[in-house]
Amino acid sequence: MVPTNYYVILSAVLFGLGVFAFIFKRNIITIFMSIELMLNAVNLAFVAFSQALGKLDGQVFVLFVIVVAAAEAAVGLGIIILIARNRQTLNVERVNLLKL
Amino acid sequence: MTAPLVVFFVLAALAVIGAVSLILQKHPIHSALSLIVVMIALAGLYLLLGAEFVAAVQIIVYGGAIMVLFVFVIMLLNAGIEEHTSISKMAGVPGLLLVVALAGFVAATIARSTESIQATSQTGEMASTLGISNMIFKDFVYPFELTSFLILVAVLGATVLAQREKS
Amino acid sequence: MPTHPMLEYLWIIPLLPLLGSAVNGLFGAKWPNKIVNGVAIGSTGLSFLCALEAVREFFESGQVLFRKEFFTWIAAGNFRAGFDLQMDQLTVVMVLVVTGVGWLIHIYATGYMAHEGGYYRFFSYLNLFMFFMLILVLAANYVLLFVGWEGVGLASYLLIGFYFLKKSASDAGKKAFIVNRIGDFGFMLGMFLLFRAFHTLDFQAIFTSSTLQGWPVELSGHLGTLTFACLLIFMGACGKSAQLPLYVWLPDAMEGPTPVSALIHAATMVTAGVYVVARSHILFTHAPTAMLVVAIVGCATAFFAATIGLVQTDIKKVLAYSTVSQLGYMFLACGVGAFSAGIFHLMTHAFFKALLFLAAGSVIHAMGGEQDMNRMGGLSKKIRWTYGTMLVATFAITGIPFFAGFFSKDAILFAAFQSQPAGTVLYAFGLLTALLTSFYMFRLIFLTFNGRPRFDEHHVHVHESPWSMLGPLVILAVLSTIGGWFALPAFFQGPDHFANFLAPVFVGHESAEAAGEGAAYQLEMILAGVAVSTALIGLGVAYWLYLKRPGKADGLAKSMKPVYTTLLNKYYVDELYAAVVVKPLMWISTNVLWKTADVAGIDGAVNGIASGATAIGDGVRHTQSGNTRSYAVWVVVGALVVIAVVFFWPFGGKSVLGMVR
Repeated sequence: MVPTNYYVILSAVLFGLGVFAFIFKRNIITIFMSIELMLNAVNLAFVAFSQALGKLDGQVFVLFVIVVAAAEAAVGLGIIILIARNRQTLNVERVNLLKL
Repeated sequence: MTAPLVVFFVLAALAVIGAVSLILQKHPIHSALSLIVVMIALAGLYLLLGAEFVAAVQIIVYGGAIMVLFVFVIMLLNAGIEEHTSISKMAGVPGLLLVVALAGFVAATIARSTESIQATSQTGEMASTLGISNMIFKDFVYPFELTSFLILVAVLGATVLAQREKS
Repeated sequence: MPTHPMLEYLWIIPLLPLLGSAVNGLFGAKWPNKIVNGVAIGSTGLSFLCALEAVREFFESGQVLFRKEFFTWIAAGNFRAGFDLQMDQLTVVMVLVVTGVGWLIHIYATGYMAHEGGYYRFFSYLNLFMFFMLILVLAANYVLLFVGWEGVGLASYLLIGFYFLKKSASDAGKKAFIVNRIGDFGFMLGMFLLFRAFHTLDFQAIFTSSTLQGWPVELSGHLGTLTFACLLIFMGACGKSAQLPLYVWLPDAMEGPTPVSALIHAATMVTAGVYVVARSHILFTHAPTAMLVVAIVGCATAFFAATIGLVQTDIKKVLAYSTVSQLGYMFLACGVGAFSAGIFHLMTHAFFKALLFLAAGSVIHAMGGEQDMNRMGGLSKKIRWTYGTMLVATFAITGIPFFAGFFSKDAILFAAFQSQPAGTVLYAFGLLTALLTSFYMFRLIFLTFNGRPRFDEHHVHVHESPWSMLGPLVILAVLSTIGGWFALPAFFQGPDHFANFLAPVFVGHESAEAAGEGAAYQLEMILAGVAVSTALIGLGVAYWLYLKRPGKADGLAKSMKPVYTTLLNKYYVDELYAAVVVKPLMWISTNVLWKTADVAGIDGAVNGIASGATAIGDGVRHTQSGNTRSYAVWVVVGALVVIAVVFFWPFGGKSVLGMVR
């Protein structure tokens, strides 16, 4: 059997990579994708613990996370489309109307 | 080195490579494809963990719906190669350190725990899909209905947002 | 109706001048002089009558001490200080002197200040002074006494600087107040020590406390709590009564109007120090070291001031130094244990010194404002009444037999002679001072009134003062003559009425009572004779130098120039104080307190907080950059902090990290 620690470490690594992409990429869509990556990493942790504890609560929660991620992706991409239309750019640094 | 372990490492490597590729690619479409690879790898891992239903849902919803949506949007917006603008001062070395700190901290904490949580049982004591459906429609029926409402709201929101302005 | 109504309402005595002060102060500006007079003299006169009535009732009741608590002023823990007034024989003497002489001086001032500006203000301050002085003498605990003590200092400052537009006058007022303050500091420390020893500041409680009874008489040279307390209280008395080294304010205080000099700096305020020492006689007799210090300081001051007075040319300055000298006598008396003699001299001194000042004021008034004796002369025929009364006062102060000063000064010198350990030295200096006193007083008379006029008779129209001024002079002259006759019978081996009168107050602590028997009586007569002869010698020398051979004094001054200049410049004491005390203090105030502590320290701290806030704001501003990616970084930072807190913080016992182990 694969020890649960391995799964959790993998989850942490994936999460960190997701954060890295979130900080360093300039394309809005790529940033959004990194958010999805982070959510996936968390899902992995949930399922791993669910198997370790022998209860199915973790997997149920994963289902809910997936549903929420889907809804969020839909609305978020809608917003991105609007931004792209208004600002004519997909570079997050150009979206800086709040800057003084 | 047992077979599950080998499979685990293969799939884990695949996931990590996919994530790194997401970071390193210049064109968003390539990042999207890398993300699909990650999802498939994760689905494989779920199977290894005995969560068949979750693995199926992962492929169908994430891979088949969400990523398709991403690809469509990229196509719609004609997203091109990422331009190189000067990196902001905040996101620089400090950002890197933060990421390392975050990931490393979590990983180290888990790795340090001596009581490694071992799998107590194999899969199949309670057939995964049957058990999940039991839980959803009995214990978690209220959140389940709420998520359906959530999806409705999202659909409405997306529709409103994507409308073209009546000029 | 209580049996002794006046005693029950003892507070009326100080209240009346306070009301007069308030009325004059608030409304007097618009009133004509007559009404201001009426209020001022009326309130003081009524106070005097009430004092007489209170004294009568006190004698009628036959008590030794009457004490009444009117209300509690301070109650903190076990400490209680109330508005308590008391009446005993010592208070009788003081209160009658204060109200009586005060009333006479008020009448005089109506004439003297008639043409001055700020008339109502003067009488308001004068009444205020009366109020505080009465509080001082009627108080039954140290705290209330201190209230009066400070109050008379305030009134003195206000009155000395009455002509506040004149810089020298306002400076003199400040000097008086500040030097007084130094003394008050000592007085307060003394009070604190007394409180610590006895846990109360009430006179009766302290003087009859069992602690005191069981307290061994502190041996000479042994410095215990009581000695320190007494020395500190004496320091306060030095400030108030102008003894060495805190006497420097009194000559400058002559800048004030002459009635002020008469009332405050001759008859009443400066005697407050003597009163306090006499009131605390039990404490002092238990601390012989302190008594010795008092005697030595008193004697030294008496001699020192007399030497300065020899060569002064301003008529009021001579009288000022004479006051310092006579106060020295009073302290000498207290220091050797002859407290009743000291109080006796206080009373007679009030009479003749007030008379001297008022008469000097009359002379100044007659000369149209001239105060320099070198520009006077030949006035005896022109202002007869002034001349006569001033002559009586001079006889009194020099100790010519059967005038008031003779009995009191004699009692002091006799007690000094018999005291241990330094009796003969003290007596010698006391006698020398008497010689100098006689000399400079008669010098004053001869320069002012006799000889040829040394001024332009066409410019100065010498005129006698009005009866509002002469009346009090005459009354005081009568008192200066008969005031000492209380002790007259003692001269003929009868009882000393004054000492017997005060005996219940100074019970058992008078050394060398002039009981007048046998050898003691003979000694007293001999010493009296010596004193009188010195007075006559002084008169003779002054007569020779200033009347017979008018130029001789100048010649003498030239031949002894260094001595003469030193005396004329008051031993350069003021210059010494300015260089040693004032200048360093000013330097510290400017450089340390102002530039460092205030500007750099406090302003720096406050401004520093402001600029610190600005700097912090400057730094935090960068989080709100409008840059989305930096926002992302801040999100991650926040997440990291939360995780760290959750893992490491021990929420109710072990932290999560601890549980992971």
